[in-house]
Amino acid sequence: MGNKQTIFTDEQLDAYQDCTFFTRKEILRLHGRYHELAPHLVPMDYTTEPDCKIPLALIVNMPELKENPFRNRIVESFSEDGMGNLSFNEFVDMFSVLSETAPRELKAIYAFKIYDFNVDNFLCKEDLEKTLNRLTKEELTPEEVDLVCEKTIEEADLDGDSKLSFADFENMITRAPDFLSTFHIRI
Amino acid sequence: MPPKRKNSSIIQVEDVGMDVDAEFDSGSEDEARRKRIQNRRAKSQRKAKLTIEEEEDEDEDEDKAPRGRGRRKRPKPIDSDQDEEDEDKGKRQTATRRGRTTSKKKSDKEDSNDESGKEKGSRRQTRGKAASKTQKEEQNKDKKENAKGKVEESKDKKNKKGNSSSDSHNSDSENEEDQLSEGEIEALKEQVEEKKKLIATLRNKPWRMKKRLIILKEAQEFVEKFEGALGKGKGRKLYAFKIMMAKKFIKFKRDFENFKTACIPWERKIKEVESHFGSSVASYFLFLRWMYGLNLILFGLMFGLVVLPEVMMGLPYGSIPRKTVPRAEQETAMDYSVLFDFGGYAKYSFMFYGYYNNERTVGVLKFRLPLSYLLTGVGIFGYSLMVVIRMMARNSNEGGDGGDEGQFTFSWKMFTSWDFLIGNPETADNKYASITTSFKESIVDEQENQKDENIHLRRFLRVLANFMILCCLGGSGYLIYFVVKRSQDFAKLDPRSLTWFQKNEVEFVMSLLGLVCPPLFETIAELEDYHPRIALKWQLGRIFALFLGNLYTFLFALFDEVNAKMLDEKAVKNATEWAYQEYYANYSSFHNTTDVPPLNIPPADVVRGPCWETAVGIEFVKLTVSDVQVTFLTILVGDFARAVIVRFLNYCWCWDLEAGFPSYAEFDISGNVLGLVFNQGMIWMGVFYAPGLMGVNVLRLLTSMYFQCWAVMSSNVPHERVFKASRSNNFYMALLLLVLFLSLLPVIYSIMTLPPSFDCGPFSGQDRMYDVVLETISRDLPAFIGNILTYASNPGLIMPAILLMVLAIYYLNTVSKGYQQANTDLKKKMQMARDEEKNRRNNKDSTNQMMKDLEDLLPDKSLFKPQVQEKPPTDAAPEKGSKPTKMKPGTAGVNLHKEVSLASPNPRGPVSRGPGPRGGPPGNAMGPQPGPGRGRGRGRGAPPPRR
Repeated sequence: MGNKQTIFTDEQLDAYQDCTFFTRKEILRLHGRYHELAPHLVPMDYTTEPDCKIPLALIVNMPELKENPFRNRIVESFSEDGMGNLSFNEFVDMFSVLSETAPRELKAIYAFKIYDFNVDNFLCKEDLEKTLNRLTKEELTPEEVDLVCEKTIEEADLDGDSKLSFADFENMITRAPDFLSTFHIRI
Repeated sequence: MPPKRKNSSIIQVEDVGMDVDAEFDSGSEDEARRKRIQNRRAKSQRKAKLTIEEEEDEDEDEDKAPRGRGRRKRPKPIDSDQDEEDEDKGKRQTATRRGRTTSKKKSDKEDSNDESGKEKGSRRQTRGKAASKTQKEEQNKDKKENAKGKVEESKDKKNKKGNSSSDSHNSDSENEEDQLSEGEIEALKEQVEEKKKLIATLRNKPWRMKKRLIILKEAQEFVEKFEGALGKGKGRKLYAFKIMMAKKFIKFKRDFENFKTACIPWERKIKEVESHFGSSVASYFLFLRWMYGLNLILFGLMFGLVVLPEVMMGLPYGSIPRKTVPRAEQETAMDYSVLFDFGGYAKYSFMFYGYYNNERTVGVLKFRLPLSYLLTGVGIFGYSLMVVIRMMARNSNEGGDGGDEGQFTFSWKMFTSWDFLIGNPETADNKYASITTSFKESIVDEQENQKDENIHLRRFLRVLANFMILCCLGGSGYLIYFVVKRSQDFAKLDPRSLTWFQKNEVEFVMSLLGLVCPPLFETIAELEDYHPRIALKWQLGRIFALFLGNLYTFLFALFDEVNAKMLDEKAVKNATEWAYQEYYANYSSFHNTTDVPPLNIPPADVVRGPCWETAVGIEFVKLTVSDVQVTFLTILVGDFARAVIVRFLNYCWCWDLEAGFPSYAEFDISGNVLGLVFNQGMIWMGVFYAPGLMGVNVLRLLTSMYFQCWAVMSSNVPHERVFKASRSNNFYMALLLLVLFLSLLPVIYSIMTLPPSFDCGPFSGQDRMYDVVLETISRDLPAFIGNILTYASNPGLIMPAILLMVLAIYYLNTVSKGYQQANTDLKKKMQMARDEEKNRRNNKDSTNQMMKDLEDLLPDKSLFKPQVQEKPPTDAAPEKGSKPTKMKPGTAGVNLHKEVSLASPNPRGPVSRGPGPRGGPPGNAMGPQPGPGRGRGRGRGAPPPRR
């Protein structure tokens, strides 16, 4: 097909396939989606690796992310600058991690980053409160939120520093039966 | 990097790389470097030849240290920086040497470059990027100049040998592979293997894509470069060939993967459903698709090994009685109503058992059709069993160990309750609501575990509900038995005097029961007031019991019928044999000869038995077809018509139809899955008697995929209580396995004990169906195999074998228990170790590799505001990005312990600090990956200063 050659070179596609869990077709489709988001910003020709980024506001409006309470965090944690501007590389990265075939360990790392609202590599109570409020649309009373957060930390915190480090989180999340099936987005 | 600068940057980058590396490798300071620059400048004034030697020596010096280090480091899995250095070195050496031998100009240029390269830090950053781009060009150059270079190199070698003996050991491997020692080749090989492993596992690394791409490129180039260097002498060509084939194979594998995923159908369709209804509804469609794949394979087996050979190579229709419609039925054989009941021509077609001939071999290929029929019939079960079990194993691997239920109630709810697949506002709203309620429930549970106000009433209600459901089950079983019995009476009457209902009573009643009972159970289950998840399990179990009861009642009734038919058949058989004997006796006495010609009756007129196998096959096919009809009708009426009515009558109705009573239908996951499972059970049972059933089923699954996808998208609403399907996934599989086993029983029973009909089917004329196997063993296989098999089937051997198996099961069971024990012990130990580690971790340097990667992934603010870096003590707070103020209350409220670790500059340390000179030794001390992690991280970190 003609347009395949113009978007990526074969080496680029191979490299992407080596680095992600996607097939060639899916990468091209991802590029299509990426291009769709901001047709005036994103060039169709990626063979020269142009340097362009799409702001968070546009990405968050993708139907795949639109309803997700953590959409901003997802995009932010995959962007290099932390502000949610995604280059195509990061865009692919995001959906690769969230794809079905990504291993549990990798997903756990990024899940941790997503839930880590204040970006300090620990899930402290404040992070948990935010998570909870997004999950329930703030329908729980402050006391309830408090209780749930305390309980969560009590359950998962192994070292007693009253916040969750990645080790704690990983230990907890690898046992969760639903984690793999829910922490993925099909694109 | 702008492309126009490429040419100049090749050289520049090379040299910068070399300088930086050199300095970095030997761990020397700026002074040493300056000295070297001076040295070099002085050297560049000398003659060309001299320069080579001198440079060579110096390069050697530079090399020795890092090489040694590199080798020491090699055992560590990924040591990309080190490798990269080595790689760079190789290139550098070739390039520089060539450059110097060919032109002096270049070296001058280099020197100037060296001088201007004072800010190595910034240069080093650019190095990675630039190098990767330029390396390609270098390689091209390498290739071009290879021919030329070889001559030169051979000269070089001589020179060097004269110069120094150690030269040959440390010099560039690409040019002088022959002189590499064994150890070095081994080391190189190891390195190459490492690189390959890195490439294979790159996608699992939590690195940013840019870093991944760069590392990938480097690794690939390294492999490409040094792979050719391995192998010696004569083996070299072979080795190169092997490498080439391996590469081709990888490419082919990838293409095949791509092709395979492209072949998976309905990916978009399911995705659409998934985003509308969440993972639970989608799990049904995934299951349906999986079943379709399985059935397609089974269909291929049945069709390729049984149906096609018979149709292509067997006798044609009308040649023998079993392939001909009897005279009495011929007038109506093409009637639609008859065909629809699978009578007439359909009955005497390849769809059913009776059509197949009992010739031992068919066609020119001597295809053993009866044997193939039996083996395929059994093989279908074997294959299905294998696939189902494999699938179950895979599912259980994915599903976490799930142990310690209750240990993480809140955490799991917190972190895994949102279904990331949801892309529909309505579903999302439902999900929010269900999460909120589940949290509230947990809170209430937590606050007071005893909330049962009237436990006696509830108990009574539960018992009552179960009693009612048992009554329902018993009633439905009796009803089916009654109906099947009655249908046998009807079958004895003249078919023309029966009404449509009388003919299809069995199927009708069974479908009706399947339609009515599940909702009934659901209503009864309201009494019990279970938690929805538990209620779902009960519901599934009850429907399962219902279906199973129905199926087995049906089977028993069928066996009654079969026995009756076999009595019939015996009579017919005796009558025919008697008639034949009469004919022979009469003929021989009349013509007075023993040479009796065979009886010449047209095949349509031959008296024949009832052929119970075909009758059973027809029952199953009819059941399947009626099941399809009922399913589709239910969807059309129950879902679509309801949706249409609700949607359009809502304009002129006195209450809100959409929100009020009828509302839209929800997609009934459990019912649909169970329906699918039982349908599959019927297929497995029936396919032995009706090979065409597989085709019917494949068609059914195909249409139902499209039809149900359409129905669910057009007329269903998301569940009010969204639940997740992950755990029930294996539950479905377990159901399927159970059904498979249960459907295996009657088939095997009939194969092993019931005598096949004497005048139809591939096994006619034999006492038992499996005699075909014995016959093959005794006639076609060498005698000793037959002997072995007779010994093996001796009870004296079988009993010990069974005993042995029981012992093995017992042993494995014990072992697994032991492992479980060890597992829990290890878990405990791990936790203890972790605690200890945490206590020790007050020195902020995190030892965990994961933490390193995590830190590396932190957003790099320097891309936005580089000036933040100037104040390292405060960088923790402002760099929290858009919420610097929110951070403070968190830290303010916590105890001292927390503050200590929060204030530790560590997490931001390696990234936010300016790109200063690299500290050598710590890199060594920290695990395998930090090298590349840090180097790359920094390379990406700061704004790329360009000159």
